[in-house]
Amino acid sequence: MLLRVFVTALLSFAIVLPVFFPWLKTPVLLALANGLSVLGVIVLIRAGQVSFGNAMFACLAGYATTAIARIWHLDALLLIALGTVCAAVAGAMVGLFMVRYRGIFFGMLNLAFSMVLFSVLGKFGAITGGTDGLRFDRPTLGFVHLERDGFETALLGVALVCAVLAGLLVQRYFRSVSGQALAAIKTNETRLEYLGISAKRVFWGGYVLSAALCGLGGSLFALTQGLVTPEMGYWVRSGEVVFIAILGGSGHAVGAFIGAFVFEFVKLYVAAWLTGSWQLVLGLILLFMVFAAPTGIFGLVERRLIGSKP
Amino acid sequence: MSAALLSTKGLSLSFGGVVAADSIDFELKVGERLAVVGQNGAGKTTFINICTGFLQPTSGHVYFAGQEITGHSPRDITLRGVGRSFQLPQVFGEHTVRECLLIAASVRSKKRGGFLLPLEKAVDADSVDATLELLQLGARAHDLAGALPEGQRKLLDVAMALMGQPQLLIMDEPTSGVSTDEKHGLMKVLMRALDQRKVTSIFVEHDIDIVRAHATRLAAWIAGKIAADGPPEQVLADPAVIRNVIGE
Repeated sequence: MLLRVFVTALLSFAIVLPVFFPWLKTPVLLALANGLSVLGVIVLIRAGQVSFGNAMFACLAGYATTAIARIWHLDALLLIALGTVCAAVAGAMVGLFMVRYRGIFFGMLNLAFSMVLFSVLGKFGAITGGTDGLRFDRPTLGFVHLERDGFETALLGVALVCAVLAGLLVQRYFRSVSGQALAAIKTNETRLEYLGISAKRVFWGGYVLSAALCGLGGSLFALTQGLVTPEMGYWVRSGEVVFIAILGGSGHAVGAFIGAFVFEFVKLYVAAWLTGSWQLVLGLILLFMVFAAPTGIFGLVERRLIGSKP
Repeated sequence: MSAALLSTKGLSLSFGGVVAADSIDFELKVGERLAVVGQNGAGKTTFINICTGFLQPTSGHVYFAGQEITGHSPRDITLRGVGRSFQLPQVFGEHTVRECLLIAASVRSKKRGGFLLPLEKAVDADSVDATLELLQLGARAHDLAGALPEGQRKLLDVAMALMGQPQLLIMDEPTSGVSTDEKHGLMKVLMRALDQRKVTSIFVEHDIDIVRAHATRLAAWIAGKIAADGPPEQVLADPAVIRNVIGE
């Protein structure tokens, strides 16, 4: 009950804020898009694995969204769906290889894949637009042509719905047999195999879900900006997503969005006040979180809202 | 009491110059309760590891219920009906005791879409609760598995294996790490559970009193070979077993 009140309050905040401060629409949209990518990383953290390359799926989905928008001029809702599917398919293929590895090897192999993608996008400029990236015209949303402001407002609504549905999906997944088996990978993969459960198959399922969520975030990011660049898949972006997961807390889907909002707004305001030093402030915040609140911001209130176990 | 449930033919495995399994021919019948004894390094755990797919033999064959399982994965062998518990209990430390059993029970769940259903709804929760009671873990059902004392972790390890409805359960030192006072009580609980579920069993054991009390058959391992095999009292009277396993 308390959790529902908390989530409703957060959602109200995300809805009301841009109404009174329209210039905050874009930061809120970016926070929601980031939050979805963080949700993907949280799925992997559930299995005790940290990926330093998950931004590649957001980047892939962003480029897929852009390419489809430029070629077929589809509606934004279809672009989001297709971008997400592209990321999920890529996750399914990369995951076949990736689920064989654990720990630092898993993290670094993801990083390696993301850097390959980053290089390919930068080098094949004729197709990808190189380091300048690709732009696309604002698509219809719900088959309605909207001006920039109306489009952003509608996209914000779509992003909120996506965030709520994805959060519910992930929480449902965590409670499912697959989700519980995924969590068991963290503590005892040997026992899983000796129960007759394929740890690799379970992890692959989690990896594909993670890629799809990052892709959903990437598609929304691309639609918000109307532009994609290889930077979307750069390792720093993957690091940011992991940072946000630690900041918000990886024990619950809500933590992903809390972290994403705090990150986006700290970046926004600190960049304005301490130009060029916002990374320093974020670094100090991360240090504080690791020492004082290792379960993240949501972890601090989790026990009161849910009980001892998520 | 006649059909061979598990058998091996010429089973061998060497680690460099160390022969851990030396051409072992072995047969276990349905309903038997076999104790395995031997000094450290005699090859007991190696034999278990080969039979459960953890190690691949250098040569030889393993058969379960008439089917060859040599070189099969632990998962495949488990699904065929061979359960296993470990010397160091293998449980999901961050899950509760009940959740551990629910996950274990999901493997045999026949509910459609079971793997995506909430854990509680995906399996027959009554059978989980019955197993918890059978192994005297009901009072600890909502405790974290990682926080259990060693004896109860051993029971949980076996309980998880039992949820897979095995025909054969292989237990590696089920009483190791448990105090002498608790050993017999723990074995009584385990054996009652195996009897009730009609599970044939193999257990590696160092405590001869436990062997005498609970085994229907005893095999003594010496240097990678079965040196003596038969009724416990007969094997325990074997001079080689007295000299190499029990001590003078």
